[in-house]
Amino acid sequence: MSLIELSAAEQSRKLAAGEISSVELVQAYLDRIEKYDGSVGAFLRYDTGRAIAAAKEIDKRRAAGETLGPLAGIPVAVKDILAERGQRTSCASKMLEEFHAPYDATVIARLKATDAVLIGRTNMDEFAMGGSTENSAFQTTQNPWNLKCSPGGSSGGAAAAVAADFAPLSIGTDTGGSIRQPAGFCGIVGFKPTYGRVSRFGLVAFASSLDQVGPLARSVEDIALLYSVIAGHDPQDSTSLDKPIEFATPIDKPLEGLKIGVVAEHFAEGLDSEVESAVREAFATYESLGAKLVEVSLPHSKYAVATYYVIAPCEASSNLARYDGVHYGYRSDQAKLAAELAAERAALEEAGERGAAEDLDTPLVRMYRKSRSEAFGPEVKRRIMLGTYALSAGYYDAYYLKALQVRRLIRQDYDKAFAEVDVIAGPVTPTPPFELGSLVDDPLAMYLVDLYTVSANLTGIPALSLPCGASKSGLPIGLQLQAKPLAEETLLRAGHMYQSATDWHTRRPPL
Amino acid sequence: MSKYTTIIGLEVHVQLATKSKLFCRCSTQFGAEPNTQTCPVCIGMPGSLPVMNEEALNLALQTAVALNCTIPPLTKWDRKQYYYPDLPKGYQISQYDMPMSEHGHLEISDSKDRFETKQIRILRAHLEEDAGKSVHDEVAGRADSVIDLNRTGTPLLEIVSEPDMRSALEARAYLDELKLLLTYIGVSDCNMQEGSLRVDANVNLHIDKGGEKIATPIVEIKNMNSFRAVERAIEYEAGRQYKVWQETGAKLGDSPKQTRGWDDAAGVTRGQRSKEESSDYRYFPDPDLVPVSFSDEQVDAAKASLGELPSTIRESLQSDHGLSAYDAEVLVNQGRTLIDYYQSAVKVAGDAKGVCNWVTQDVLRVLKESDAGIETFSITAASLGDFVAKQKSGELPTARGRDVFDAMLEKGLSAADAMHSLGIEEVDDSELESLCQSLLEANPRIVDDVKGGKQQAVGALIGQAKKQNPNADPSKVRQICLDLIAKM
Ligand SMILES: [Zn+2]
Repeated sequence: MSLIELSAAEQSRKLAAGEISSVELVQAYLDRIEKYDGSVGAFLRYDTGRAIAAAKEIDKRRAAGETLGPLAGIPVAVKDILAERGQRTSCASKMLEEFHAPYDATVIARLKATDAVLIGRTNMDEFAMGGSTENSAFQTTQNPWNLKCSPGGSSGGAAAAVAADFAPLSIGTDTGGSIRQPAGFCGIVGFKPTYGRVSRFGLVAFASSLDQVGPLARSVEDIALLYSVIAGHDPQDSTSLDKPIEFATPIDKPLEGLKIGVVAEHFAEGLDSEVESAVREAFATYESLGAKLVEVSLPHSKYAVATYYVIAPCEASSNLARYDGVHYGYRSDQAKLAAELAAERAALEEAGERGAAEDLDTPLVRMYRKSRSEAFGPEVKRRIMLGTYALSAGYYDAYYLKALQVRRLIRQDYDKAFAEVDVIAGPVTPTPPFELGSLVDDPLAMYLVDLYTVSANLTGIPALSLPCGASKSGLPIGLQLQAKPLAEETLLRAGHMYQSATDWHTRRPPL
Repeated sequence: MSKYTTIIGLEVHVQLATKSKLFCRCSTQFGAEPNTQTCPVCIGMPGSLPVMNEEALNLALQTAVALNCTIPPLTKWDRKQYYYPDLPKGYQISQYDMPMSEHGHLEISDSKDRFETKQIRILRAHLEEDAGKSVHDEVAGRADSVIDLNRTGTPLLEIVSEPDMRSALEARAYLDELKLLLTYIGVSDCNMQEGSLRVDANVNLHIDKGGEKIATPIVEIKNMNSFRAVERAIEYEAGRQYKVWQETGAKLGDSPKQTRGWDDAAGVTRGQRSKEESSDYRYFPDPDLVPVSFSDEQVDAAKASLGELPSTIRESLQSDHGLSAYDAEVLVNQGRTLIDYYQSAVKVAGDAKGVCNWVTQDVLRVLKESDAGIETFSITAASLGDFVAKQKSGELPTARGRDVFDAMLEKGLSAADAMHSLGIEEVDDSELESLCQSLLEANPRIVDDVKGGKQQAVGALIGQAKKQNPNADPSKVRQICLDLIAKM
């Protein structure tokens, strides 16, 4: 068995036992990246020299008998949306193409403190807005299972990196499904913890009340390993939860009498039949493991996508206001801009349109306008416009406030359901991975891919996506498990139970 | 009767005296090199998050209770969104529909009785962060600006009054009283030059036209850099509005609220571009901050921490110390440390009026001449109290008071040492009697004159007595001489 086929947990044990070195391990992954990332495109950047140097340092410290962190010497890929001191943090946007963060995100600081080797920065939809990674300003990422297909998004690079064995672990962010959906599309595990479990400090904000950092890996066991490192209270994030995260019991202890909620509304129009049968088969597996299926209803879930696409753009329009070309990031060429303004003024005055000339932008306003229109991609602009509109005087009550009310109703649905069941299971997405380019001209269809994932963000509950089947054409299908707030342990144990009885997570794409 | 009534409401921004900014740990010190007091949070770097400064919350709460405000059970933070280069996040964190305090009041009065004592209602007081500073450098028509973000994120309390003031004088009194209160409770240094206190005024007129009350459009006046400027601007604006009304008849509601800037040198208000006024701030709750609820215990603790407030002290100085309204005001206006000094001195002296006289006349004069505060004054409160006590007991003749005070001041002596250095001692009554006896024997004509009814003739003896013993108390010498003559 080659090194990269081992789980991160096993790699960690072998590293600790001195059976393998971190340099060997990191090199094995770098070899794969060199060989296959040209066709996958998971990484925006990786630095072979830096990764090997970090691995060497850890090997040296281990040899010197130092006590090292639980991820010591293990490569971790990071979505290019978490600030890392001195490193580029582009959010796959032209706006931040040259932005070097002057500080570490809390998640990065924790990874460094645990001696992980940060192997590279993964591709994503611009500012995490999208579900296919096609909104990256820099490159497309291909699904390792079929290079013509999307890896999903927005953490498409993070998911593809694990699926293609470029790293055993990776960090993504999930605002409406951005970890779970690409994990489902790439046949790996993705986990969105309870809102507030993982610090958002240093995570470039898309929609602050929905954003959550989380791990991606092949197995639930590895997910638990990475989660335990990145989670925990952070005084630098006011929304961070001050609750202990230690698991009371090991995740390999099965849940006795597990009650699984099956949501009637999940199996309605729009659900692909292959996805449905794979998910139903997973239910059967759970039953065979002693779990009891209970039908539950989430009556307001039909409003989830609409609610999400009001709240997320509202917050985004505000969070992205800072990218104005004044203090950092992209700024439109000022000389060109001034010349343009002067020409427009001259033309208007020539035509005798004094009023229009008076109404021309000031140089400052023109700089804002140009910088933003040149550096943001179409999806980001669409959401900024949606959000700005929904927060405007006269529309706030009808859109934003209404959306907040529905958000509470959706949460009440979940509270009711979780009074009866331990976890809710269902599909991650309505369909298997779609082909690259097939939805780019249809934003609404793209938004509907989020149908099953956005509720966990709107309600703040933890949710897990794990591989549970394959389509006839060999593309992965995902199962989503959701639990009540702070019930990460239940969720991970339930996920591990399934993986102990199945082998979907051990399958690898034919690269 | 006046042709109109001026209606005035004031919005005051006060910088709270915290060591660090509202949402990060950067210093709030004034005057540092531009952009040296910044961090990823206050310059709005991607990924940075605000964390509420507890000290700012406390100071805001103290101010709110000192202004008799109600503290709602829950308060939250909102983003006020607009584009400006000195606002790095593209929004200001402020409070919109759930301010941390509301419905308070502040009493104003005038010791010269130019207006009746009244309560100015406070609509609300809310916490928000300051913006940075744009420095405009306009060269040859090309507007170039540089930005200093040191001030960005400094905690401000915006205190909004109801339109309850009716003259520039009342507005001035409100500002004086507010500033006094804030400095007493120590929540702000209220330094207008450094921008820690800023005032905007909303002004319009109620005009009585044949029994019908007509309101003119409300104008917000900005750019007033001193309380005096506020007074002048309001006076100017009232006159201007009346003139405009006479010319156009424009009433409230005819046009949107206008903003005018005060030009102090020219003594006029000028209209500002209407484009800048009509903004939709798209307020919405800041998802990066959690709502705060103040417990009853916190509110009580804030009340308890205030100490005596100026209005209470003024009252007790009049009722308990027997001072005039004017003296009470003079003392209170000097601030908390001077009141502490005065009160400590009174405890030692047992003579409030006496201490008041020396403090308001001599102490304040010396402080003013040396441009110093009471903290560095060379006569301690206990010394001054002792000094006043000695005068009251007669140990120190009133006539020598000034000499002793000057000696205490210059040489840092206690009252006793100063008296000793000046050779002032209380003369024994028997010693004084024998002195008087010898003087009478040496001046039979004066004795005759007094006996003949010319009592004032004894005055010549007082001069002689002082020559022989400078410590002889003139009034005592006079009385003893008269008594002895009567017995002769
Ligand atoms: Zn700062």
